[in-house]
Amino acid sequence: MSTDYETVIGLEVHAQLLTRSKMFCGCPTAFGGSPNSQTCPVCQGMPGVLPVINRRAIEFAIRTALALHCTINAGCRFARKHYYYPDMPKNYQISQYEEPLAVEGWLEVAVDGAPRRIGIERLHMEEDVGKLIHEGTLETARASLVDFNRSGVPLMEIVSKPDVRSAEEATAYLRALRAILLYLGVCDGNMEEGSFRCDANISLRPRGSKEYGVKVEIKNMNSFKNVQHALEFEARRQAKALAAGERIVQETRLWEADKGYTLSMRSKEYAHDYRYFPEPDLVPLKVEQRWVDQLRTTLPELPVVRQQRFVSQYGLPAYDAELLTQSRALADYYEAAVREYPKPKIVSNWVLSELLRELPGDDEAAITRCPIPPKNLARLLALIDDGTISGKIAKDVFEKMYRSGEDAETIVRREGLVQVADAGALAAVVEQVLAANAPAVEDWKKGKKQSLGFLVGQVMKTTQGKANPAIVNQLLLEQLPKPS
Amino acid sequence: MPTIAELGARYRSGETTPTQVVESYLQRIETLDPQVRAYLTLTRESALARAEATEKRLKAGKPLGPLDGVPLAIKDVICTKGVRTTCSSKILENFVPPYDATVMVRLNAAGAVMLGKTNMDEFAMGSSTENSAFFPTRNPWDLARVPGGSSGGSAAAVAAGLAAGALGSDTGGSIRQPAAFCGTVGVKPTYGRVSRYGLVAFASSLDQIGPFAADVRGAALLLQAIAGHDPLDSTSTDIPVPDYPAALGQGIQGLRVGIPSEYVIEGMDPEVGKAVSAAIEALKGLGAKTEKVSLPTTNYALAAYYLIAPAEASSNLARYDGVKYGYRAAGGKDLIQMYGRTRAEGFGPEVKRRIMLGTYALSAGYYEAYYGKAQRVRTLVRRDFQQAFERVDVLACPTAPNVAFKLGEKEDPLQMYLCDVFTIPVNLAGLPGLSLPCGFTQSGLPIGLQLIGKPFDESTLLSAAYAYEQATPWHARAPALP
Amino acid sequence: MPDPKIDIEHVARLARLDLSEPEKERMRSQLDAILTYIDKLRQLNTEGVEPTSHAIPMVNVMREDEVRPCLPAGEMLANAPEREREFFRVPKIIEE
Ligand SMILES: [Mg+2]
Ligand SMILES: [Zn+2]
Repeated sequence: MSTDYETVIGLEVHAQLLTRSKMFCGCPTAFGGSPNSQTCPVCQGMPGVLPVINRRAIEFAIRTALALHCTINAGCRFARKHYYYPDMPKNYQISQYEEPLAVEGWLEVAVDGAPRRIGIERLHMEEDVGKLIHEGTLETARASLVDFNRSGVPLMEIVSKPDVRSAEEATAYLRALRAILLYLGVCDGNMEEGSFRCDANISLRPRGSKEYGVKVEIKNMNSFKNVQHALEFEARRQAKALAAGERIVQETRLWEADKGYTLSMRSKEYAHDYRYFPEPDLVPLKVEQRWVDQLRTTLPELPVVRQQRFVSQYGLPAYDAELLTQSRALADYYEAAVREYPKPKIVSNWVLSELLRELPGDDEAAITRCPIPPKNLARLLALIDDGTISGKIAKDVFEKMYRSGEDAETIVRREGLVQVADAGALAAVVEQVLAANAPAVEDWKKGKKQSLGFLVGQVMKTTQGKANPAIVNQLLLEQLPKPS
Repeated sequence: MPTIAELGARYRSGETTPTQVVESYLQRIETLDPQVRAYLTLTRESALARAEATEKRLKAGKPLGPLDGVPLAIKDVICTKGVRTTCSSKILENFVPPYDATVMVRLNAAGAVMLGKTNMDEFAMGSSTENSAFFPTRNPWDLARVPGGSSGGSAAAVAAGLAAGALGSDTGGSIRQPAAFCGTVGVKPTYGRVSRYGLVAFASSLDQIGPFAADVRGAALLLQAIAGHDPLDSTSTDIPVPDYPAALGQGIQGLRVGIPSEYVIEGMDPEVGKAVSAAIEALKGLGAKTEKVSLPTTNYALAAYYLIAPAEASSNLARYDGVKYGYRAAGGKDLIQMYGRTRAEGFGPEVKRRIMLGTYALSAGYYEAYYGKAQRVRTLVRRDFQQAFERVDVLACPTAPNVAFKLGEKEDPLQMYLCDVFTIPVNLAGLPGLSLPCGFTQSGLPIGLQLIGKPFDESTLLSAAYAYEQATPWHARAPALP
Repeated sequence: MPDPKIDIEHVARLARLDLSEPEKERMRSQLDAILTYIDKLRQLNTEGVEPTSHAIPMVNVMREDEVRPCLPAGEMLANAPEREREFFRVPKIIEE
């Protein structure tokens, strides 16, 4: 059934910019203030107030536009978008309409290893609205409460072209976009707190058709998993409806994450009429080439480029390179460790397995507060190389380093974890183990090669893992009878 | 009544004190304002406190600024911290701003004394001050007549000697027309000359705050205090502010005065025409050279204005919804009802009319034909002026086609709109305009002469007006109030 | 220019104005008269004329990204028609 249709998805991302102050006033953007404690007459839309543009917000948007290969319009302008809602103090949102900051860019995503370019339609600036708290649910509430702390926080809206063809590709696009914003340091990417929000337009069309089907807007997806599930559900729902000969209604549907389906908002509101017109309280922006060029020099190496460099410079497998470059901070950590301990694949293994296991998964910034600085990881790995500790002991030491923040030497010294490589001392243990494990020795004689491994394990156990395994191996081979 | 400059001189000479003056104004308001009804709110206590502060500075030997201790009336569209600011609308009847408009910050810093807030047409929409939700203001020259509008309360306060000066706002003539009707001087500065921060917006691209005074020097002193760049207003320019009072008295020898031929219209009061012609002759007599100029788009400016101003107003007034401040209708069972009733009950008929007109002009399918078209016409209006100003320094014409009319006389909105036919093009082009008395009708009603200048050239307007004022007797006349 | 018969109901809904029937009637005739007057703009050729949204042309007015003090919640809520704790309170929201 689903093979008859092609899924067409366009994504609209609202990213909150990491400025210190709001888009049009000096109120702080910090999260978590008590209700209405981070407002002023401007962001509460009081009579008589006027907006003034935050330069850093514009610069963040220009840098993002550059990273997304957009054309930056030489002139751009703000416009008022009108609709009544109590979280919007002026009942219009200062946004951009006919003259957005940037248009026509692209973003490369890889699904199943095959890279594809997803077009960017436009990138524009706008202000966020406040927050509504419903007493009970929206349906049963008798009243709602309004907090304007978020009102006026700068947002960047990034609209993709309808180039996305599957739910998987949609999440790949969002992950790649989010990684870019994090690299640029313009957005913290937190989906749950709403600093990286996504709405999707999805429609189906018969495969091979050039025309688009009727699209449905999906809202309320606050994690990658939600996006994936919501779009998969919606594609199935539409395919089923089409197969049954039903018409798709152009509407907005909410993703009900707990229930696993999308639900029509049943909006009876006559078609929106936003009555856009140029914001008379703000003058146009003339984005001079010099300004753009100067901002271009501030762009960091972006995820895709860094990934490619990790493969070519460090000889890493593509998989490792991709994981390591997801987050700028993680990639920075990796490179710092490799500088101290120039065996890239070994560092990658430790970072991707041991370190990522310890770090909280949903916190991008955790790596910057990691109790094991890259230098300490490098020292730990060097201790394995010079035979001070075994690889097995190293893993325990790593855990202890993570808990205590101490360096490897301190832990190894204090806990006496130095590897025993003295053949004389180990020979006695080997003798003891051989005496205690006669059946294994018998097996060895009969040609059972696995017995050697078992016996090595017994020596390690007796020495609490401190024996140098190579020396133990050698001693065992010397002392064991020849197999018959 | 003493002029602003005279007050300063008397304070410095010790002839009188700010407290005495403020007390006498408050006394005069108590006696006369029940008839004129210029004020909506009086700020007695803070006025006396400010007068006292000036007096202390004076006693301490500190130099007094030109506005120190000068009692002023402020149009109730300008936000005043802790003092209710209503815009003469029921929807803001109890609104007390938590902040001061930039012009108030400046006036306060200059030591000026606000006596109170003045009546106006609701949200500055009107030309007679009859659109106030509270009561109409009367013209001090004839209490049966309107003072003009929308800044009618400020103009009437100055004309009746209920304030030494006043601030108003002008979107389509709201300072100049009432100045003409009340026989005072009124200045609409260049768009961007005076900060709009704290001016409750009517039409953002047209609004400007400006002064009223009994004479040109007073207007110059007030403009000096409020003009200049404000980082809180993105449309305020940081072009340096010249010394306006210094421009006075330089004479107008060789000044090129343009007489726009389109500013004589059908139905114009012949007495207005005569007085303005005589004023132009007087300017010639003072050394000015006059020249006919043409502003061919004039005939379309009013129509363009009645799309642009309502469109912007419909947007600016969307915020009055009963959520954050102001009036909320009782009994709305859900949000949609609350919105619709609050706005229907909170706004008066003229405001609703303009909200409807503006909403329509911006709505889907009509934007290009209405709003877009009007903005193009605006370009043509600007071009007309630019071309004229290649040949002349100022333009001279009537401020309004008529003099003050009787209350209730203009019932038809369109007839009322036509009062502003000579002032509106100036707002569309963002130019400075000034109105000053240039004579009286037989029945004793003031007539206004409008001077229009190049962008940011208020100095030339003021110096031409000053020369004319000094050569004519009009400013010395005062209404006979009981 | 479109026919100046304005759809009062629709526009009033957009503007969130609950007009009474007599108000609607009056509004319809007054706005029609005004729109008929405005119709004169049709006579004016504006082809190739750029629109003016700011009479005094300016560009690039921006402020630095600096935090300035907010007003206390109490002051910001002082004018609220209805409040609950530190929130503005509004009647229940029914999507239209
Ligand atoms: Mg948006
Ligand atoms: Zn703020």
